[in-house]
Amino acid sequence: MAKLTIPKEEIMSPGHMGCQGCGATMAMRYALKALGKKTMISVPACCWAIIPGAWPNTCMQIPMQYTAFEVTGASISGIRAALDSQGMQDVNVVGWAGDGGTVDIGIQALSGMIERGHNVIYICYDNEAYMNTGIQRSGSTPYGAWTTTTPVGTTEYWEEGQKKNLMEIVVAHRLPYAATASVAYPEDFIKKLNKCLEIPGPKFFQVYAPCPTGWKSSPELSMDLARKAVTTRAFPIYEVEHGKYKINRKPEKTPLSEYLMLQGRFKHLPEKEVEFLDAHYEKEWKALLKLEEMTQDESLGNFM
Amino acid sequence: MRKVVTGNMAAAIGAKLCKPDVISAYPITPQTTIVEYIADFVADGSLKTQYVKVESEHSAMAACISASNLGVRTFTATSSHGLLLMHEMLGWASGARLPVVMVNVNRAIGPPWSVWVDHLDAIMQRDTGWIHIFAENNQEVLDSMIMMYKICEDHDVLLPGMIHEDAFYLSHTSEPVDIPDQSKVDEFLPKYKALVKMDLDNPLGFGSLVMPDNYMEFRYKIALAMDNVREKIIEVDADFKRLFGRSYGGMLDLYRCEDAEYVLLGAGTTASTVREVVDELREQGKKVGLARLRVFRPFPYEEIRKLARSVKAIGVFERAFAFGYMGPFMAEIGGALYNTDIRIPIKDYIIGLGGRDVRTKHIHAIFNDLEKIANSGKLDKELKWFGLNDGNRPEEEM
Amino acid sequence: MKTYQEITITPINNVDSRAVKTGAWRTWRPVLIPEKCIHCYKCWKVCPDVAISVESPEEKSLPVWDYDYCKGCGLCAFECPKDAIEMQREVDQ
Repeated sequence: MAKLTIPKEEIMSPGHMGCQGCGATMAMRYALKALGKKTMISVPACCWAIIPGAWPNTCMQIPMQYTAFEVTGASISGIRAALDSQGMQDVNVVGWAGDGGTVDIGIQALSGMIERGHNVIYICYDNEAYMNTGIQRSGSTPYGAWTTTTPVGTTEYWEEGQKKNLMEIVVAHRLPYAATASVAYPEDFIKKLNKCLEIPGPKFFQVYAPCPTGWKSSPELSMDLARKAVTTRAFPIYEVEHGKYKINRKPEKTPLSEYLMLQGRFKHLPEKEVEFLDAHYEKEWKALLKLEEMTQDESLGNFM
Repeated sequence: MRKVVTGNMAAAIGAKLCKPDVISAYPITPQTTIVEYIADFVADGSLKTQYVKVESEHSAMAACISASNLGVRTFTATSSHGLLLMHEMLGWASGARLPVVMVNVNRAIGPPWSVWVDHLDAIMQRDTGWIHIFAENNQEVLDSMIMMYKICEDHDVLLPGMIHEDAFYLSHTSEPVDIPDQSKVDEFLPKYKALVKMDLDNPLGFGSLVMPDNYMEFRYKIALAMDNVREKIIEVDADFKRLFGRSYGGMLDLYRCEDAEYVLLGAGTTASTVREVVDELREQGKKVGLARLRVFRPFPYEEIRKLARSVKAIGVFERAFAFGYMGPFMAEIGGALYNTDIRIPIKDYIIGLGGRDVRTKHIHAIFNDLEKIANSGKLDKELKWFGLNDGNRPEEEM
Repeated sequence: MKTYQEITITPINNVDSRAVKTGAWRTWRPVLIPEKCIHCYKCWKVCPDVAISVESPEEKSLPVWDYDYCKGCGLCAFECPKDAIEMQREVDQ
């Protein structure tokens, strides 16, 4: 059967500045297919502040404003407030920030945005480090990863903290909808975006976006890596709708080393460190399964 | 209608009269009552606006900028550390050419913690590309807001502007204020029409990367717009007088300067104290005057040159100090006069930092000192921390 | 380089990025082997550069590469379930 599994219309133009095999660019292309042209977007400092092109070029066919690093949440509150003041309810307002701009410098503005209940969508594309500035570690960098600020030396070896659990922070705000997604599963990402457009209030996405440049991986592997991140439990795909967890993909587990060893940023890891990381992901996965089970309790109702 | 209100109430009423579509603010002493009054106006339905209660001043400015990018009128208010936190976004507002208007309640920078008046918070925002107006009284706070929107939203300007009011001396002190009729304000200040905005029908990108081959040109356009502000302020001040009967002297507010031999120059509420002393000294036959620095950016260098040509000495009073040099106004005035043939002595008096009271007797002492300089043509020293407790403070400074 | 009189007051991006021919970045060129294609259009789906188009999926039209923009990342070839896309080294000009 010959048919397209995602919308045909392209709202992102070619000729952009994304690196070869850029996951962040794939994520934007998919997101725009779901969001459509009745969308306004705010982008802080991140790779996507450069990808559209230098003035006067742009690959975006929707209104877009660039903003400062830490204000994505506040900026889309401002856009929504301005639209509301003009009675324009039927415009999608989207904040599009990287992981550093979300989990680190922008987390305060994100928190305020969610708590205010504005009808907006915040999408964090997660490539697990400050890639635009040249691969410095962020709060979203996973344990064991090489970055330019966690170099593999003789006294320090790699990133020693675990990846910050952004979803749990976001869900703690009791917002109506939050989800992880991956460029490996564009249909799932688009389906969830379409669903969230029907839900009033703040919505949040963390979309996994491989970065060949920063991960020292081959550009043709971006989708495969994103897939393996899901199958190894390194980045599970799930949604939290009104407090109810639903894991969207429960694939058979594949060996973590098959995912890590395709990336230069993990090549230095000794086997026991891979095992340590694998055990961590397994623990997180089990906790997620429990959360899914727990939150199905009907007596809880739509508690968020 | 005449009402007795605080500076903060005057600011809140000013906001109501100007009908911003979006207000975004965060509380900080002594600005707090502004955000409270606005909340009351929104709650009682007398102000129809989207009131975004953000989690920081930085976000307040970010929300105003984004809203302004959609072509709507915006307002915020802050003070001191809040203004400093906004600093990054202040540059964004001017660079993006958005006419955001704000009231800043001038308050000292800590440590030591101080909630009282000091102008350093404003001075630290000098080069952000904002228009700065220092109010002298509560009436001017309100009137300046109406004028500021008119100036900022002019298509030859399109820059943000802030109105400064002194902490407590204005923010929490009640004065009689004439509240203009809404219909007159509407006539004076029509709805804001953006030159370009975020629009689904014309999807554009705003504020992107510009390569070095054109960055300078964009900055030059800000410089040109700021130059346009000079005549716009004078024009709007005259228009305002026609409709409301009040004028603030345009760029530099001169009081009894026509035949003055020596004058004091400075900003804020101290100007009112100086005004009173000028009257007293004039009765004694002394030819003194006040030049109130109403507009700090754009800087009224032409007006200051003109004034300096007609006097023998200028004393600068300022509630701020630029560490490592001298008072910030002094440095600017010196710069304004250097490339002229004017060679009069100018003395800098640092006064009332962190809300220390500046009374008429202090201004008398400063005028006495300045009289000696004017008569002798000699400057004993360029800079004086007036009233500084160094263990041997002269009686007149107590 | 434009004069200050020619530019807008603030940078406004209004030129579609198609003006930038990113195909110049490419060192490996994806080439379709038509007889192997099963019209699943995964190549089109994964392309980060919007450089592949499918005119009429219903009529099983073949995917078409726009080499003005294709950066040669190889995602299409890697994801192709039938190895119907070959990465060929660009000949040095």
